Amino acid sequence: MKLSINFVKEYLDLDQDVKQIAEDMTKAGNEYDEAGPLLPASKLTIGKVIDCKMHPDSDHLHVCKVDIGTEVLNIVCGAPNVRTGLKVIVALDGAVLPEKTIKRGIIRGQESNGMLCSMSELGLEHKFIEGPDKTGIHELPEDAPIGGDPLAYMKLKDDVIDFDLTANRGDLLSILGMAYELGAIYDKQVKPMNVSYQENDEDLSKTFQVKVGTENCKIFLAKKVKNVQIKESPDYIKARLIASGIRPINNVVDISNYVMLETGQPLHFYDADTLPNGMIEARMAKPGETVKTLDGIERTLTDEDIVISDGKRAIGLAGVMGGYDTEITENTKNILIEAAIFDPIKIRKTAKALLRSEASNRFEKGLDPNRTYLAIERSCHLLQELAGAEVVGKMAIYDKTEKADKAIDITFENINRILGMEIPKVAVLDVFRKLGFTCEINKKKVTFQEKEEDLATVEKITVLVPRRRVDISIKEDLIEEVGRIYGVDNIVGKLPSVPIKPGSYNKTMRQIRNKMVDLGLNETLSYILVNDKEAKMGTKDDTELVRLLDPMTEERNTLRHSIIPSLYKIYEYNQARNNYDISIFEIGKSFYKKDEEYGEENMLTCLMTGRYYLGIGQNQEVNFYVIKGIAEEILDYLGFAERYRLKVDPENMPEAFHPGQSAFISVNNDIVGVIGRLHPSICKEAVYVMEINLDHLLAKKVSKMKYKEISKYPTIKKDLAIVVDRDMISQDIEMQIKKSGGSSLEKIEVFDQYMGKGIEEGKKSLAYSLTFGKDDRTLTDEEVNASLEKIILDLGKKFKAELRK
Amino acid sequence: MKEQIESMKQKAMEQIAKSENAQALNDVRVQYLGKKGELTAVLRGMGALSAEERPIIGSLVNVVKEELETRIKEKEAQFAKEELERRLKEEKIDVTLPSSKIRRGSKHPLNRIIEEVEDLFVSMGYDVAEGPELETDEYCFERLNLPKGHPARDMQDTFYITTEYLLRTQTSAVQARVMMANEEKNPIRVIVPGKTYRRDDDATHSHQFNQVEGLVVDKNISLADLKGTLEVFVRKMLGEDLDLRFRPSYFPFTEPSYEVDVTCFKCKGKGCNLCKQTGWIEVLGSGIVHPNVLKMNGYDPEKYSGFAFGTGLDRLAMFKYGITDIRLLYQNDVRFLEQFDRKDEENEIKY
Repeated sequence: MKLSINFVKEYLDLDQDVKQIAEDMTKAGNEYDEAGPLLPASKLTIGKVIDCKMHPDSDHLHVCKVDIGTEVLNIVCGAPNVRTGLKVIVALDGAVLPEKTIKRGIIRGQESNGMLCSMSELGLEHKFIEGPDKTGIHELPEDAPIGGDPLAYMKLKDDVIDFDLTANRGDLLSILGMAYELGAIYDKQVKPMNVSYQENDEDLSKTFQVKVGTENCKIFLAKKVKNVQIKESPDYIKARLIASGIRPINNVVDISNYVMLETGQPLHFYDADTLPNGMIEARMAKPGETVKTLDGIERTLTDEDIVISDGKRAIGLAGVMGGYDTEITENTKNILIEAAIFDPIKIRKTAKALLRSEASNRFEKGLDPNRTYLAIERSCHLLQELAGAEVVGKMAIYDKTEKADKAIDITFENINRILGMEIPKVAVLDVFRKLGFTCEINKKKVTFQEKEEDLATVEKITVLVPRRRVDISIKEDLIEEVGRIYGVDNIVGKLPSVPIKPGSYNKTMRQIRNKMVDLGLNETLSYILVNDKEAKMGTKDDTELVRLLDPMTEERNTLRHSIIPSLYKIYEYNQARNNYDISIFEIGKSFYKKDEEYGEENMLTCLMTGRYYLGIGQNQEVNFYVIKGIAEEILDYLGFAERYRLKVDPENMPEAFHPGQSAFISVNNDIVGVIGRLHPSICKEAVYVMEINLDHLLAKKVSKMKYKEISKYPTIKKDLAIVVDRDMISQDIEMQIKKSGGSSLEKIEVFDQYMGKGIEEGKKSLAYSLTFGKDDRTLTDEEVNASLEKIILDLGKKFKAELRK
Repeated sequence: MKEQIESMKQKAMEQIAKSENAQALNDVRVQYLGKKGELTAVLRGMGALSAEERPIIGSLVNVVKEELETRIKEKEAQFAKEELERRLKEEKIDVTLPSSKIRRGSKHPLNRIIEEVEDLFVSMGYDVAEGPELETDEYCFERLNLPKGHPARDMQDTFYITTEYLLRTQTSAVQARVMMANEEKNPIRVIVPGKTYRRDDDATHSHQFNQVEGLVVDKNISLADLKGTLEVFVRKMLGEDLDLRFRPSYFPFTEPSYEVDVTCFKCKGKGCNLCKQTGWIEVLGSGIVHPNVLKMNGYDPEKYSGFAFGTGLDRLAMFKYGITDIRLLYQNDVRFLEQFDRKDEENEIKY
């Protein structure tokens, strides 16, 4: 909302400068974006061109003599419309304009002591530029006083504050509302609005009907004026519209906008002669019904939109924009003024779907029905004054609104308890007085002359809040007003007095993060929104994608189903920047839709490529076993040692994985994750990823960490080298060794894998170091050898394993 | 006989002196002092000597034997020393070559900030709560006094998945979940850090960002409690000497509502480009929990009151680490990530 200071001064005496007003409003909760002069141009004067010749050395410049009252200036001007006798705006030597500073100088050999200006050079917004200003300089009317201030003459010497208002303060979308707010801040009285006019003897309610066919319209008023003269608006109206950001059109259209700005109540003016049926009706649109709006666009409606109909067809989009066929033209004689209040939510929906307007913005935030009447009366006043209108007597009225003030009970204790400070009772009453609210104590009006001691026994008051304050309906709203106007700077902060107890947080997630960092990985934080084609990368299941209804870009139209695509993007980003050593992880959410239900799960995902070990002779590239080590470290750390296995299942592996270098991670035979190299078709470089579903994993019970007695008896180590088929996996062999070795087999370590010379083609040799021991005695060699023999026998039976010779 | 022993000694001494290694030395020892050694032979042949000669020759042989042994030992020690020196020289390495290690990991700056905030509030008895990022309209808006069609919904342009499901626009969505879950109506003190999403992407906004929400509900919670709590929070995170300013504002879920400004920590309130010459920087939204919110989530507003606050953590991380572009937080350039690989400096209290 752009507030013209000149405009609000019509209703409130203000002597503060614009910056001060803006700051004081901010403190009261009304932030602004900009505050300053409407046209930031200085050292301007009105001049008259008394001589104008072509510049001798130019085909478009003119050399002018300009009378500015005190002297005659020589000025070179390039505007095509400059001519002798024209009244012009002169920027004098030293003038500061929005885009340049004017300096005396010589232009192609001719002295120039200033500049003749167009409105755009003074900083007028492009949308307001019309007429000669588009290509040349501004042409002032003949009566402009030479040597006078041109901005003052055009009524454009004004300051403007562009407020960034909160959504609850619909009342501030009006000059009156702003006047009440500033009145409360500066303790000043709002001046009454002039709504006087003469009516003729006719009775509109007898000749014209307003009908309402929907719950979504609570008040619908019509008033008629006749014989208007359409012409230009006076300068002050035009200037205030411009300062408010609205383009002046003609006196009648301008009045409808001007009154909307003053009262906050949007109005619609119809050419009364285009309404053949003596009625207008507010009703819900029929699905597919169309209406051609003022801007000439044919709009198709749904049964959620409210329309105005002339009894036969839709002639306006209620609350948003009027219709094309019934609009005011320069030939209009008679006007039907319509003012109404529509359901804010319905208007918001329509406006969001079709177009937002000054009107819809106000309807969305709620309106005061008292202003609906006021706006009509103010229009009649101005139409009579500025367009010579004959006002038809009476109104056509449909009205189901409450107009009396809203009574809210509140205690002083309520206020002090919430604000946490002791505010004198007179100070509380004074806030309500400044806001223009009536107060009652035991049904008796407060005079605001009461002293603190008079109020000693008073606990409760009733505050009568005018309907203009749509944002106030409960006592907490009043407490906010007290805080706003009285100020909360004096509140002394304290900590809540609550019982002492330990705070808690999800320690496990943090411990996992710490562990991963300790393992040398960099934590990332990536976007969960990805492209639908990559959302399921690294996964293979029957869930559906979770797509956005209205994505910003196709690149981010879907919620990821795995963090793998996010980390892969990070890999690509870094690769493109020559960062080749990447070991990253992220703990985050993955999302899914299954059986019409949405869900999300916590994932731990890790991606590694390039070097992980540092130092001379150590700089081997990451391979599968490195990332496997990371996975094992985490699982062991979380207490799952001995409970996890890799499940080699190339058939069911997600396509993103290299079939020969990947596996599922299972804990107690339940799959909790996946690990492997990315498929060479995705990525030529050796990139390894691992993803563990933390929600699945952490749902599993883990035994308590407990000290186990260290055996006092020596252990015996035996090495075992066997030859098996190359496809055999060591994990299965280890399982068998464990089973066959019995309880005295304490530890199995694989210490070598060999293929090549000395080993038959298609076979491989695996070497294990086995540690035997007992907690309660020393094992004998015979016992150990017996175990070993059983192991060898079983491996032979099960895997056709042979001892390596 | 004497001369014979003397010349034997002479010869042996020469041989010892000439020996170049332990082996050669040992050969000399065996030649003279071994069981079949030359000197040993003299001793053995003593029986043939006269009674007068025997003690003289005997003692002479013993003296020579000792001399030879001493000399051999000395020579051995010398060899051992030389051997050690040689070995040490051989084992010399360049200690300035790079160490063998794994890469050093690092924690993302945003999670560092989250952990810092968590630690602070946990130390004040708060619980850290979590909630879904894929939320329902009900919890994200309706239960926070933002019914469908409410104009304040414009403040938060939302990513919808269906008309009912969405990506949460604010961690406040967890407020209702916490209140609803607390059937005993015990005092609530929670913070909710987490990811939030809005349809907004430019140099200063990211469509994904992080917030922390705070909620305290009990009997007799006031604005003074909110102010005191935020003073602790802001001063701990941004600087002990900073002041707070409560500026009235509007949020549908609090009434009264305040935006909280803090003294510009760059210029200390004098006015600079960071604070746009105002001396203040807006850091938080806050207020007293709206009675409708209490009511909708099972609390009687006549008995209970509460405060809530929320702030963006991305900006906090940027302030703290001097990060100038929000996009750096989400690009995950490893050269950026690697910089957060050490502990933060702490303002620890010394006793």
